[in-house]
Amino acid sequence: MNDEAACVLFDSGHRACGGCAAAMAARLILDAAGKDTIVVSSTGCMEVFSTPYPETAWGVPWIHSLFENNSAVASGVVASLKKQGRKEKVIALGGDGATFDIGMLCLSGAFERGHDFTYICYDNEAYMNTGIQRSGATPYDASTTTSPAGSCSFGNSRPKKDLPMILAAHGAPYVATASIAYPPDFKKKVEKAVNTPGPCYIQVHAPCCTGWGFEGEKTVAIGKLAIETGLWVNYEMENGVVTKVKKVVRKPVDDYLVGQKRFRHLFKPKRNDAEIAKIQALADRNAVKFGIDITLKK
Amino acid sequence: MLEITEGSLAVAEAVGKCRPQVIAAYPITPQTHIVEALAEMVANCEIDAEYITVESEFSALSACLGASAAGSRVYSATTSQGLALMFEVCFNCAGMRLPVVMSIVNRAMGAPLSIWNDQQDSVSLRDSGWLQLYAEDNQEATDLHYLAYKVSEDHRILLPSFVCFDGFILSHTYEPVDTISQEQADSYLPPFKPFQRLDAADPISFGLFAAPDYYTEFRYEIDQAAKRALSVIPKAGKEFAELFGRDYSGLVEGYRLEDADCALVAMGSICGTVKDAIDEMRDAGKKVGLLKIRTFRPFPSDEVKKALSGVGRVAVLDKNISLGSKGAMALEVRDALYGSQIPVYDYIIALGGRDVRKKDIARVVSLAEEGKGDLFYGLREEVLQ
Ligand SMILES: Cc1ncc(C[n+]2csc(CCOP(=O)(O)OP(=O)(O)O)c2C)c(N)n1
Ligand code: SF4
Ligand SMILES: [Mg+2]
Repeated sequence: MNDEAACVLFDSGHRACGGCAAAMAARLILDAAGKDTIVVSSTGCMEVFSTPYPETAWGVPWIHSLFENNSAVASGVVASLKKQGRKEKVIALGGDGATFDIGMLCLSGAFERGHDFTYICYDNEAYMNTGIQRSGATPYDASTTTSPAGSCSFGNSRPKKDLPMILAAHGAPYVATASIAYPPDFKKKVEKAVNTPGPCYIQVHAPCCTGWGFEGEKTVAIGKLAIETGLWVNYEMENGVVTKVKKVVRKPVDDYLVGQKRFRHLFKPKRNDAEIAKIQALADRNAVKFGIDITLKK
Repeated sequence: MLEITEGSLAVAEAVGKCRPQVIAAYPITPQTHIVEALAEMVANCEIDAEYITVESEFSALSACLGASAAGSRVYSATTSQGLALMFEVCFNCAGMRLPVVMSIVNRAMGAPLSIWNDQQDSVSLRDSGWLQLYAEDNQEATDLHYLAYKVSEDHRILLPSFVCFDGFILSHTYEPVDTISQEQADSYLPPFKPFQRLDAADPISFGLFAAPDYYTEFRYEIDQAAKRALSVIPKAGKEFAELFGRDYSGLVEGYRLEDADCALVAMGSICGTVKDAIDEMRDAGKKVGLLKIRTFRPFPSDEVKKALSGVGRVAVLDKNISLGSKGAMALEVRDALYGSQIPVYDYIIALGGRDVRKKDIARVVSLAEEGKGDLFYGLREEVLQ
């Protein structure tokens, strides 16, 4: 589908911050999935910036019920369509808070039951809509309003929950991670997910300029650095097996961290070598686990 | 056809004849027999529904919400803790004007944990926008499901309904029930025609957020729709009576009220006991009557006022308590009678499955005659010390 048509499916007149990756994600999703799609959203930035009554940015049928029930609502939509012999695709769309935390019960139930829908988590790594509080997707050491860095805190004390693996363990036929910094790859994955029968999951990295503290025009650059440092890995899993991984010539994690206010405490007043080493170790572990390193020929 | 059957099974059969397209429910005592019976009907292709075996009541009602928005007739059933877990979704269904019908097999709320009957669960959701109908016996419990779908799906209403009947007392009791045939059911309840639905051919957005300049008007419209049900329910009841002979056209129902000095007001299965007690008291020369509330939401204030205008005193039997205040029904009845000189006494009774007998009803009448009310009836001595 061309860009003009995509504009109609997710209109530009929404209220997201300039440079919002979640808004880019919505557009890319509909561009890939097309107009015969029903979207089920959770409460969060995406819902709030796209549907202030009496306006809506959605050119496809769209429903929002609560923060934590989009998978369950989607289950009902899927059953309803099936009963009526209808063929629309169903996409549940949730922030990381809705997906990793409060909606986990509904999500797990829906995946276990095997409904034919695609769940897409736009992962901006905190509860942005309520003012940048930590979630189960917040990375290690990120400062948020509920995990602030302080004289005895380096920010969020836990690493990110590995949700794709948890959903793969539910028997999901297709699980993928993606990034708005790589639009064609993301769109391809959405297309694949909506055309794979059964519950599929995509987690798309969606840098948030407001919550992470960077200029809106750097969204894509920050997304790229997450991949290039190995802190975010783009991969696909089919029936529980990793089938495709994006390889990179890795850069040190500093390159990613230094440009974001949420990690500023790791560099000021001086570089916190011990903490940054721990984050580097997380990237190194990702590199080994997924085999992302491209070794350059001498 | 008269059949002697368990309340839950009679209800399940009636629900099946309402032809729900999507059922989503989660087991909880004393609702389990209904959802098991429906699962069996689906497994044997006796009804043609998608049955979603959700992982929680929260998801049960959420799935119903989604299925209804996508254009299907939906059904769920729950009680007590399950209903409490649905709290958020309840307000959502009403706010999104989705005609979900749900059986509430009334049960007490914990803590302390109790699987036994009172009406605290559904009464606590009185402000959620759901219509609430209460059944006195199993015949009424089954029939009210047809009525609920009819009213909820009426495009002048578009609000969800609870059909409430008392746990164990009705759900697990065998009574003769006159079941109607599928053809008869179809003649009363046509296929679901959604007012609007999720549809790629005509995309709309459901569940937007409303800023302060719009929110109040949404609430107003829900309230107006609920109030319209005060005239739509009687019409649907009359139509049912014309087809099947059983009359639910009254939002309330009087029993030997005409010349009553003391009017009892009650809701649900306790009305049966009250009627028997009234017969005995009448035989002994006491002028006592009953006003049975079938429709608790919307609350039929005008009908209550009219029915009670000639009585000397009113004794309300509340199987619930708005803790720190009064029983919910007494508050409504007092409001309905505001400006009259008729005293309204409130009795919190039959909580957590405590049995109520005819002598208890007679005792309540005596208390009302002595001007003693607004109390928990039949408390154990030790808590009073
Ligand atoms: C039951 C419930 N608890 C809390 C909230 C408040 N709340 C609304 S959105 C939100 C955070 C959303 O976070 P996420 O899902 O990550 O989406 P984002 O806003 O980051 O896009 C919270 C905590 C709510 N709406 N409902
Ligand atoms: S706060 Fe972040 S996620 Fe929310 S609209 Fe702004 S950029 Fe997008
Ligand atoms: Mg978030």
